[in-house]
Amino acid sequence: MRKGPSWFNVTSLVLGFSFLYLPIVLLVIYSFNESKLVTVWGGFSTKWYGEMLRNQQLLDAAWVTIRVAFASATIATVLGTLAALVLARSGRFSGRTLFSGMIYAPLVMPEVILGLSLLLLFVAIDQARGFWTIIIAHTTFAMCYVAIVVQSRLAGFDRSVEEAALDLGCPPVKTFFAITLPIILPGVIAGWMLAFTLSLDDLVIASFTTGPGATTLPMRIYSQVRLGVTPEINAVCTLLVAFVTVGVIATSIVTKRQEVQRQRDMRRAEAQA
Amino acid sequence: MTETLALGAAEESKAPAKKRRSLGNWLLIAVPYAWLLFFFLVPFFIVFKISLSEVAVAIPPYLPTFDLSEGWAGLRENLSSFSFENYLFLFEDDLYWKSYLSSVWIAATSTLLTLLVGFPLAYGMARAPKAWQPTLLMLVILPFWTSFLIRVYAWIGILKNEGLLNQLLLWLGVIDQPLTILNTNAAVYVGIVYSYLPFLVLPLYATLEKLDESLLEAASDLGCPPWRAFWSITVPLSLPGVIAGCFLVFIPAVGEFVIPDLLGGSETLMIGKTLWAEFFNNRDWPVSSAVAVILLLILVVPIVLFQNQQQRAQEKDA
Repeated sequence: MRKGPSWFNVTSLVLGFSFLYLPIVLLVIYSFNESKLVTVWGGFSTKWYGEMLRNQQLLDAAWVTIRVAFASATIATVLGTLAALVLARSGRFSGRTLFSGMIYAPLVMPEVILGLSLLLLFVAIDQARGFWTIIIAHTTFAMCYVAIVVQSRLAGFDRSVEEAALDLGCPPVKTFFAITLPIILPGVIAGWMLAFTLSLDDLVIASFTTGPGATTLPMRIYSQVRLGVTPEINAVCTLLVAFVTVGVIATSIVTKRQEVQRQRDMRRAEAQA
Repeated sequence: MTETLALGAAEESKAPAKKRRSLGNWLLIAVPYAWLLFFFLVPFFIVFKISLSEVAVAIPPYLPTFDLSEGWAGLRENLSSFSFENYLFLFEDDLYWKSYLSSVWIAATSTLLTLLVGFPLAYGMARAPKAWQPTLLMLVILPFWTSFLIRVYAWIGILKNEGLLNQLLLWLGVIDQPLTILNTNAAVYVGIVYSYLPFLVLPLYATLEKLDESLLEAASDLGCPPWRAFWSITVPLSLPGVIAGCFLVFIPAVGEFVIPDLLGGSETLMIGKTLWAEFFNNRDWPVSSAVAVILLLILVVPIVLFQNQQQRAQEKDA
């Protein structure tokens, strides 16, 4: 077997990653375009960023979106972590198949169906739609993603530490907070981030479940995009991309560092034992 | 590390399967269970119920509404006024079944295209030096975190008649007339392949990465040419990843709304778009509910297959 990457593998990596990144790079470049015509380069300018900051509708929508994403990601992380514990720990119980079905189905369910069904539920129970209904809708599908992420973390962990604590008489809830949670924390954080960005991103479900006064950023972007591509939208998109990229990279560095530290502690503990 | 895992697994199998469940354990199950039942499962029944109603000029815009306060007599009367008329309408009007067929067709074609693009990428990642792999993985995941809407939007500027792709091709002298790509099905394919590529690459990479390279070495030692070793070893062993990835692309792509709406044209018939138009433009809630119910029925088989596959993979890991 040849060692090192073959030309075929290098080519497919280069082509594959250019395909993934080129559109985003072009989008970012053209947000600094002086010209109003999106595809004609008219020199470097940051005027569209200024324009964007003066667009009150856009700023309002961004504020709604951030609050929705924060609330729904937090609730989804709590519920999703509980669901992951159930999937990984509760063994067989009646209704388990339905439960895991309800966790996996939203991952692939078309958004139009999720949106429509939740809207009809809110109408049926006479719930006024707006800010909170979007949060509930986002929580529902995001918690499934959190459950999957946390569950994969739970699957690869040594239960003996947890069992030792329980055997020594530590109450289950305290064991969870003192032992289980710190170990699965990277998964929980990744789950929260994922839930946050999913909510930040969602257009379809928010459009169905929103009400008067709660317009999210994707809804605002969508209605402007339908009228045509503008450098201002490029500027908004660039900021969002930058925000998410920095967040994801920072989280991954922090969790990796924690992970290395944890493994070092484990090794030290094992050496002492 | 592997030893401790194996020990843990052995201990687990020794432990009695039916432990007495404490109250706390029941609560743990009950909270997420109840949430999903109420906000995920129950809504489907409501969609089904409303798909049997009639459209009306009212708030909410359908009749009859479900009202428990009328008691049993009222409920029976409601039930008797339910009808399958909306479903008949879906079959009579060829817009709907054409939308379903074309959605399945577009989703299947794009899944195949995604596989063609994604397989070499996943393979290249799995064969890259070990030190690069975390970075490459991060690079695949990162676009997935950035907004879906933005990634679709980025293609409008590229695919437009006066867009960057046409400018490049004209400049290279490949074409003399700009190609019309935006607002055609071709743009929809590009959009789906682009947006769903990470969903396919990730599971595929996971299986390819676990692939035992000594099998390939053995094949090559025994004189098997590389392409044959690829077909008879790599491809069959990567099949679980291929299947999981294809489901993750195909199922959501069938009901996709944003991509056909922004990149597709008037010729692009997709059921997600039809449902959206029925709901937001025509305000016909019962018909859009019926559209959703049929879409769900079409997707039930792939969804169940996907779940079984996930569950098997999960049990294998445990």
